[in-house]
Amino acid sequence: MTDFLQLFFSGMATGSIYALAALGFTLLWQASGTINFAQGEFVMLPAFAMVGLIAAGAPLPLAFVLTVVLAIGVLGWAFKRGVVDPLFRHGMMPIVVATIGLSIALSNGVRAGYSAEAHPFAGMFPDRIFNIAGVTITLADCGTLAFALLLVLATQSFLARTVTGRAMQAVAQNTESATVLGINVPRMIFYTFAINAALACAAALLVTPVYLAKFDMGVSLGTKAFFAAVIGGFNNSRGALLGGVIVGVGENLAAAYVSPQYKDAVALALFMVVILFKPQGLLGRKEERKV
Amino acid sequence: MKKALIALVMAALMTAPAIAQQTIKIANIVELSGPGTTSGTNFKDGMLLAVKEINAAGGILGRKIETTTNDTQSNPGVAKGLTQKAIDQDVFAIFGPVFSGSIMVSMAESRRAEIPNFTGGEAAAITQQGNPYVFRTSFTQATAMPKIARYITDQAKHKTLALIYVNNDFGKGGREMLMKALEKSPTKIVADISTDSGQIDFSAAVLKAKGASPDAIFVYTNEEESARVLRELRKQGWTKPVIGETVLTSQKVIELAGEAANGAIAHVGLTVDAPLPAIRAFRAKFEREYKYISDHNGMKGYSGVYALKAAIEKVGKLDRKAVAVAMKTLKVKAADQPGILMDVEFDKNGDLDRDSFLTEVKGGKQEVIATLPPLSKK
Repeated sequence: MTDFLQLFFSGMATGSIYALAALGFTLLWQASGTINFAQGEFVMLPAFAMVGLIAAGAPLPLAFVLTVVLAIGVLGWAFKRGVVDPLFRHGMMPIVVATIGLSIALSNGVRAGYSAEAHPFAGMFPDRIFNIAGVTITLADCGTLAFALLLVLATQSFLARTVTGRAMQAVAQNTESATVLGINVPRMIFYTFAINAALACAAALLVTPVYLAKFDMGVSLGTKAFFAAVIGGFNNSRGALLGGVIVGVGENLAAAYVSPQYKDAVALALFMVVILFKPQGLLGRKEERKV
Repeated sequence: MKKALIALVMAALMTAPAIAQQTIKIANIVELSGPGTTSGTNFKDGMLLAVKEINAAGGILGRKIETTTNDTQSNPGVAKGLTQKAIDQDVFAIFGPVFSGSIMVSMAESRRAEIPNFTGGEAAAITQQGNPYVFRTSFTQATAMPKIARYITDQAKHKTLALIYVNNDFGKGGREMLMKALEKSPTKIVADISTDSGQIDFSAAVLKAKGASPDAIFVYTNEEESARVLRELRKQGWTKPVIGETVLTSQKVIELAGEAANGAIAHVGLTVDAPLPAIRAFRAKFEREYKYISDHNGMKGYSGVYALKAAIEKVGKLDRKAVAVAMKTLKVKAADQPGILMDVEFDKNGDLDRDSFLTEVKGGKQEVIATLPPLSKK
C-alpha cells in the first residue's frame, strides 16, 4: 500500500507538470481555436532564458519576471503575428503543420546555437523531504502540485468571471457576433497568446528543476500535454489538470505494476479509449464550432 | 656554370623526398564541432601535447613528427572522407575519431591502406571485427565491467545487486557485460530494471530496486538519467551503496544531481585526479599549455602517441605493418616511458589492459578512493 501511495504521489507531481503545459493547449483552443504543437518548446525557451539570466547574475524572481516579459513579446506577440495571423484564414491544418515545424526549428536552434547538454536549474522550492506513513514526498512535489492547481483555477476563473475573460470566450465562440457587440477581437486574441506565453514561463519555472534545461525537453512534455488535454477535455481548463494527473499517475503505476517498457504506451492507450468513447474528453462538453 | 647550377637544382630536388621522409606524418581526425566537440578537442590537445614533447626531445628514431588536424563535425561520413584524404597524403598513423560511431565507419579505410589507427572510442564492437590496424587508447565495457564486478564481489562483498540500466545501445551493452562478469560469482542480480533514455520520473524504478532489498544498486544510465536516479534514491531514503561505471561520478552528473551525488561510487578508466606522479605531471603540463583541465579524452590522445612511439621503437624502423604487429603484444612501463601515464598491455585485438580507479563523490567532488589492478592480474 505504501508503494502504491508513493507511486501515486510521484505521479501526481509529474502529472501536474503535464497539466500546466496542457493548460496552454486548452487555452489557445478555447480562446482562439488554434492548436500549437510547439507548446513543449514554448516551455523550453523560457527555461533557457532563465538559465541565461541567472548565469548573467540575476536572482531567480527577477529572471522569471524578465522572462515573462520577453515571452509575451516573442512567444505571444511575435508568434501570433508571424505564424498564426498569416495562416489562420487558411484553416487549422496549416497552423498545425507550421507549429510542428516551429517546434523542430526551436529545439534544433537551441541545440546548434547554445548547447546540446543538459543544464541544472535550481528550483524555487527548498530541497526538503517529508515522510508521511512511509511515503516520502518532497516539498518541490507538493509545491508544484499546489502551484499548478492554483494557476489552473486562476486561469479558469479569469475566463469565466471577468469581463475580459468572457469577451475572450465570446471571440472564440463567434468572432462576428463579438465584433458586432463592440469587442476588440484582435486584442482579445492577443491576450490569449500573452496568457499562454506567461503560463509557459510558469511551467518552465516548475518543470526545469526536474526536466533539466535541455534542447529536447519540450518534445516529450509537449506530447504528454497534448494527450492530457485530449483526455481531460480540450475545451475545459480543469480538464487539463485532470488529464495531466491521470496521465502522470497512470504512467507511474504501469511502470511499476505492468512493465517499465510500456510506461509511455499508457498515455496513448488512455488517449485512444477516450477518443473512442468520449471524444469531447472527460470534462469537455460537446460544442458546435464554425471554423 | 649553368650546367653546374642545373645539377645543383637536380640534386636538391632529388634530396627533397628524402628530407620529407625524415618526418613521421600523423593525421589527427577528430570531432571539433557538433556533439563530440568536447571529446574531440581534448583528444586533439592531448595528442598535440605529446607530439610537441617528443619533437622537443628529438623525435622518434631521430625523426620529427609532423601532424595535420581535421574536423569530422562528429559525422561518420566526414570522418571516413578525411581518413581517405589522410591515406592519400601517405601518413604513418591516424589518430581519431573519438566517437565510436565514426571510427566504426572510418577504420575500414585505414585497414585497407594498412595504416595503424588509434581511437578514443569505447564501444566493444570496434575491436571485435578482426581489424589488425585499430588500437584503443582506453577501456571498453568488456574490460571495465569485469573490473567493477570484481570490486563488487571480492572487495565490497555485496551478495545481491539491483541493476537499473538505460534501454539503449550503451545501457544494454553494459548490462550484458556486467551480467556476464557476475555470472559465476557469488553476487546475484536480484532486480533487473530497464529505463528509457530521457526518462524523467524514476520513482517506480527505484521503488522496484528497493523492493528487492539488495546490498547495493548498480546504476548504468547516461548523465541526466543518472542524476535523476541519484535524486530519487535520496528522496526514497536509500542509504546503502550506489555503484556505477564512469558516468555515475562524472562532473556532469555531480553538477546535475547536486547533493544527491555524494556517496556514489564508480569505476573510471582514466582520470586526471589519479594519485600517480606521471598523471599529476601530465595534468599540470596540459593545464599550462591549454589553460583548462584535461578530461579522460585528453589522456587518451596523449598516451596514445606514446604507445605508438613505443611500438615504433620496439620495431626499430618505420614500417607500418611491423608496427601494427608489434602493437598486438606491446607492453609499456610508465617507468621507462612516462608519457604512457600508466603501465599498459595491448592484446591481439588492439584492446588494452591497465590499472584503473575507483572513485567516490565526496562533498560534490570526484575523489579517487582505490586503484584497481589490471584484469590480467589477480
